[in-house]
Amino acid sequence: MSSSKQPASTSFKAPDSSRLQLDEQGRLRHFLTTEGLSKDTLTEIMDVAESFSSVGHQAVKKVPVLRGKTIVNLFFENSTRTRTTFDLAAKRLSADVINLNIATSATSKGESILDTIRNLEAMHADMFVVRHSDSGAAHFIASNVEPHVSVINAGDGSHAHPTQAMLDMFTIRRVKKDFSDLKVAIIGDILHSRVARSQIHALNTLGVKEVRVIAPKTLLPSDTNSLGVHVYGDLRTGLDDVDVIIMLRLQRERMGSALLPSEHEYFECFGLTEEKLAYAKPDVTVMHPGPINRGVEMDAAVADGANSVILQQVTNGIAIRMAVMTLTLGQNKATG
Amino acid sequence: MNIVIKNGRVVDPANERDAIQDVYIANGKIQSVGDKPSGFVAELSIDASNKWVMPGFVDLNASLREPGYEHKATIESETKAAVSGGYTSVCCLPDTKPVLDTPSVVQLILDKAELAGYAKVLPFGALTVGLEGNTLSEIYALKKAGCVAISQAPKNNVNSQVLRRALQYASTHNMLVILKPEDRVIKDDGCIHDGSVSSKLGLAGIPISAETLAIAQIIELAEETGARVHLTGVSSARAVTMIARAQSTNPAISADVHAHQLHLTELDVGTFDANYHTSPPLRSAEDRDALVAGVAKGVFNVSSGHQPHEAEAKQAPFPSTEPGISSLETVLPLMLELVDEGILDVSQMVSRLAYGPSQTLGLDTGCLSKGAPADICIVDPDETWVVDEEHWFSHGINTPYLGHQMKGKVTHTLVNGHLVFEK
Repeated sequence: MSSSKQPASTSFKAPDSSRLQLDEQGRLRHFLTTEGLSKDTLTEIMDVAESFSSVGHQAVKKVPVLRGKTIVNLFFENSTRTRTTFDLAAKRLSADVINLNIATSATSKGESILDTIRNLEAMHADMFVVRHSDSGAAHFIASNVEPHVSVINAGDGSHAHPTQAMLDMFTIRRVKKDFSDLKVAIIGDILHSRVARSQIHALNTLGVKEVRVIAPKTLLPSDTNSLGVHVYGDLRTGLDDVDVIIMLRLQRERMGSALLPSEHEYFECFGLTEEKLAYAKPDVTVMHPGPINRGVEMDAAVADGANSVILQQVTNGIAIRMAVMTLTLGQNKATG
Repeated sequence: MNIVIKNGRVVDPANERDAIQDVYIANGKIQSVGDKPSGFVAELSIDASNKWVMPGFVDLNASLREPGYEHKATIESETKAAVSGGYTSVCCLPDTKPVLDTPSVVQLILDKAELAGYAKVLPFGALTVGLEGNTLSEIYALKKAGCVAISQAPKNNVNSQVLRRALQYASTHNMLVILKPEDRVIKDDGCIHDGSVSSKLGLAGIPISAETLAIAQIIELAEETGARVHLTGVSSARAVTMIARAQSTNPAISADVHAHQLHLTELDVGTFDANYHTSPPLRSAEDRDALVAGVAKGVFNVSSGHQPHEAEAKQAPFPSTEPGISSLETVLPLMLELVDEGILDVSQMVSRLAYGPSQTLGLDTGCLSKGAPADICIVDPDETWVVDEEHWFSHGINTPYLGHQMKGKVTHTLVNGHLVFEK
């Protein structure tokens, strides 16, 4: 049989993410993944974020863009950092914010996700910011909400974390101005990283010259090449001539689970030190989504060094989340 | 009742028959094919002009959900679905609640099946008590109560030593052991084929080695113990090669593949479509093509892998949904598609669905021999129909084919000479 045989079911699929994310006019309705979004859409997100980036410096750190809107932070998985930045972004846009930590409430009583969503919709929520340990959770919720409700993916399993990826793109753009000549290396646990997947799609859409991933095989997906990257198992080779280094956070539970032997050996092979940094371009930009395990992913000298933009990433995260909330709720008016 | 099925194309691979003939039935058994028995007076005459008359299909892999999971399906609903899809015998995997590990549960299932009056139900007794993988069930008692085989499916949670002893013990009683080849340690929390789609979606993958390691273990233990072993629900190209090689030296090893695995691939999962969450997972196009070739060569028979679910079981993020397709009603059109493509001839199709599985289980069905039970399905191979909820019999409407046009429809099904389904 030829491999081009069409399965009988092809025409009856759930909507793919790119169609689900956009309305009929091609505007962003949900923000679930960077995959399938156009360069124009990603650029627009960064442009709107640029216009919001001054709000944090004002005496009154608020704009009235989403006044009267109700945003629900729906966290099925604990996260203080990410939830705080979404919380802050919503408040700076003058929205009303409800933080629900479902990990310790409804679902432990057996309520299904759909029941939770229906209840919150009945309270006239306008937006759900969703974090869940299952890949596909934000997509599932977006497929089931009422037409006026927007969903922002704040991290689903190992699938996607698009606002983190876009704040990284925003940070890169602010430092490097142009994407087209960049070689970017992503280092660490690609297999379990929703951040890496979203970054890879965004970097390729924005037209960088090359995306590399550097990791041991135990931390790589089985078909990494299909993601559109070059794979390296050796840090020094992989860093050669690189413009941007993105370190990934390594979960401590990966240690001693046959994925990795020890923190010591990981640091020796894949940890970023000043000595290894020298293999990259002199003006290389070093990024990390935080929180850093110093001495595991990178040593302190690199984390706090001149090439590091780690704290700028945090600041930029708020502007990016303000931009995505504004765009998805259809209030696309930059307030500069 | 005396029944004659007239003018149909009779396809009966067991007797190497493929011709337009009449089938005569008396006392629930095949009386004659072709020549009218002397003195035969038909009380019912079924016109099968332009239709195919075939032995009813025998399923090697289905969960019927009763007792214990009646919110998903019942023996009545699923045996009705079975006969509407051309099946006259369906197995019942032991994953009921209570588990099918005692004669009383066997009896309950047989009673319910008889009361429903549709397909015959073939109970597969649990290999281990509670399917927990530790203690052998009373296999002899289960056999006496009516189990045609014993099985650990849909689980595969026995360690090598328990499995080795189970095969030794089962072969003592000449009992077929049906196993799902899946190394659960390698599978871990995987929910999709470990390949390009899992890499993209960030879903935990099930490597092919989860299947091939289990097959290697089972083949070795079958060889050593002399047990009759059937591998159910094979999914990968490497498995096809391994099983074909094993069969060349050990004829006591048989296998089946679910019909939908011959059509769908990992790409059908698309963007987290839980209707394509199956176990074993849908694999690559190369795997699918190798499975199809394996069916054509006779390495495998074809099973439904029927797993009916309530709607809520599929309404969650992909990894949290329950795997499985409600498939009894779509096996025939999926197989006919392979016939239309010239991959199988009609006789081979009937062999994979009826005669082959019946032989695996050591039954006297799956053929239209004189004196065999009159388990027959009549099929209009050209009728097209659309899969919709209204004309669907299974209580599980978890099928990825909903809304899809199918070609080939069962018009009549007879079990023991009783007309149990008529379109």
